[in-house]
Amino acid sequence: MKNLLDCDRGEKVKVSKLNAAYDLKQRLISFGIMKDAELEVLAQAPRKKTIEIKVGKMRLALRSEEAAQIEVKEI
Amino acid sequence: MKESNEKIVCPITAKHIKVALVGQPNVGKSMLINSVSNAHLHVGNFSGVTVDKTEVLFDYKDYKFTVVDLPGTYAFTDYTIEERVTHNYLCAEEYDIIINVMDSTNLEKNLQLTSELLTMSKKLVIALNMSDEADKEGIEVNAQYMSELLNIPCVKVSAAAKTGIEELIDTVVKKFEGEKKEPKLIFSEAVEEEIENIVSYLQKHNFQAVNSYRNIAINLLKENKKTYEKLHEEPIWTELQPIVIEASKHIELHHNTDDIKEAFAEEYAAFNRGIVAEVVKQTTTKHEAKTLTEKIDRLLIHPIFGIPIFLFFMWSLFQLTFTLGNIPMDWISAFFTWLGTTIAPTISNDDVRSLVVDGIIGGVGAVVLFTPNIIILFIGIALLETTGYMSRVAFLLDGFFHKFGLHGQSFIPLVTGFGCSIPAYMSARILKNDRDRLLTLFIIGFMSCGARLPVYVLFTGAFFAQSMAGNVLFGIYISGAILGLIFAKVLKITAFKGVDEPFVMEMPKYRLPTLKLIWHTVLTQTIMYLKKAGTFIAGAAILVWFLSNYPHDVNLDKVYAAKIEKSVSVKQKALLENQLAEAQLGESYLGRLGKFTQPIVAPLGFDWKMNVALQAGLAAKEVVVSTLGVLYSIGGDVDESSKSLANNIRKNIPFASAVAFIIVIMIYLPCLAATTVFAKEAGSWKYAFYLFVFTSVVAYSLAFIGYRVTLMLM
Repeated sequence: MKNLLDCDRGEKVKVSKLNAAYDLKQRLISFGIMKDAELEVLAQAPRKKTIEIKVGKMRLALRSEEAAQIEVKEI
Repeated sequence: MKESNEKIVCPITAKHIKVALVGQPNVGKSMLINSVSNAHLHVGNFSGVTVDKTEVLFDYKDYKFTVVDLPGTYAFTDYTIEERVTHNYLCAEEYDIIINVMDSTNLEKNLQLTSELLTMSKKLVIALNMSDEADKEGIEVNAQYMSELLNIPCVKVSAAAKTGIEELIDTVVKKFEGEKKEPKLIFSEAVEEEIENIVSYLQKHNFQAVNSYRNIAINLLKENKKTYEKLHEEPIWTELQPIVIEASKHIELHHNTDDIKEAFAEEYAAFNRGIVAEVVKQTTTKHEAKTLTEKIDRLLIHPIFGIPIFLFFMWSLFQLTFTLGNIPMDWISAFFTWLGTTIAPTISNDDVRSLVVDGIIGGVGAVVLFTPNIIILFIGIALLETTGYMSRVAFLLDGFFHKFGLHGQSFIPLVTGFGCSIPAYMSARILKNDRDRLLTLFIIGFMSCGARLPVYVLFTGAFFAQSMAGNVLFGIYISGAILGLIFAKVLKITAFKGVDEPFVMEMPKYRLPTLKLIWHTVLTQTIMYLKKAGTFIAGAAILVWFLSNYPHDVNLDKVYAAKIEKSVSVKQKALLENQLAEAQLGESYLGRLGKFTQPIVAPLGFDWKMNVALQAGLAAKEVVVSTLGVLYSIGGDVDESSKSLANNIRKNIPFASAVAFIIVIMIYLPCLAATTVFAKEAGSWKYAFYLFVFTSVVAYSLAFIGYRVTLMLM
């Protein structure tokens, strides 16, 4: 399964599942990252340590560990 | 809407309205309060500026308003301390009405919090803030239609442009006087069916309740604690419980999850998408092109150039602090010298004259002298806070910080720490994990606060050429920060082991801050600095003056008077006079204290004066400069032509000792006030004691190394 960390810059994807533990999952949901939400990868810090994504109109920074827990599919 | 209206309001007939201001982070809640009243709450452009609730009072027509500014929260997940503060307030405290502030340019995200507020059964008014920004971006929001759809009054406002404010308050008053209306919140068919089931059960048993049945049903399904507790005691619960459990199962099945909160979040999102589709129109197609924020981000968070650009900004700030700040310093210095020499002849009593000229004017003057440097530093930090660049740096540095056991968001309290440790300690609340927060709290002190700047400027100015001083200053700050990172790692391995907190952070849009906003922020902080100089520092200067002048040894006076009489040259006379002053100072209370504890700091190359200045610095760092000002203005001034403190310091303090002195200043406790806040934020005085021991040991060891190494190199 593809996750958000595998995506390249500029790629647009749809969330299929959140594999995160309870706390992180609630956090992601409160930012609008949930099933069927559309995400776009905007930027990556050196060595993909941190990535910037777009959810709706909001820009969000995520660490690689967190991004890897977001399962996505291509639109 | 001035704080006092022309109309005199009778306190008995005036009605009180208590408003809770709620919204997601960075939608301009504090700025809205500032526009409504004439408060000057701290405003920034990143999430988590307001960390605690603040109350603002103002009058409008016949009403007395109390507005409670609550910290921004994305949802009621109780994830961070701020979210807990807001959630607890909304659930447990007494208030009349909620104003939900929204960012008009991003309604869909903002509505997520609104949909949670809709189930709270409180009176609600929606403020569609940043409407001017939405206009610019070609986003058209139909507030009228939105009000109808949600059955909640929605008002377009702009806190920055101050439009729609009056209409908002009128709406709040109208809502306050009117009946509570059931908001329209429509779920998917599956959920609506289950709600209907529970409602009809409650109807059948004619259950007595304040809230509507629909509201109770939704809250039961959402597993709202309060509703659960209430119904748990009711006799119908034994029958109702299985119905609710069955309903929850159906909903979870419908959403293919085992988490009812996730299911409801998806329900809300679907509802919100519907609302946005109805009320928001994008008039221009400009959004397809790259926005300005995206263009700026291309450069500022560039994988290679991002960090060098940030370092360049910081370097420029410290260069400016020194070079630009030095110009008015000469004028201020001249002013205080003039003040001293003008006032001195008007006071006949020797002791009082010394108190006023050496104690008060000398001590306070030494602190006021650094106001220009402080202002430049504050402007720099205000720009960092209000433009939105702060979050970008957190993004860039998270990978690097993570290596040292810190969190990318630790960057925000750490940078605030360059201004003042107190707000820095408070802003550490954005870190959810207790270990991460404690670790950050322990490290904040390594970021040299504004009050330490005067000491640095004084010493770098004394020992380095003007062209180099700015670089040295930058070096001091950077090495403080690097030390902080190293000790973060040490603490992470030893004291604060554990799992890392996830890093999920919003990157706000870039905003050009208004001149007024910067002006207010900097003015408030500068006034605070000067106020401290006028009160606390002046008091400390008087105390230091007293302790350094008494007891006065009359015998010493006699011995030296005889010697001075015998001396032939003017130069020798002056030398003897200074020796007398020095000897008297050594016999004073302060001299005794300094000498008594001097053996402890002797390995660092400190004389007793530096020792005393450092001890006084535990109260506040500004006191270090004022104490040095008092101590070095009395003794040791051999050359009459050199009046300035910097010159005295260069003459009296060896370079190696100065290095050790700066190292101690960099590391040990910031000040008494900050230590108190630290204890409060860390949750216990126990931690403040640890911090004291930790910083003292580190400061002492590193100063010792610094002293020895400098001696070897010289």
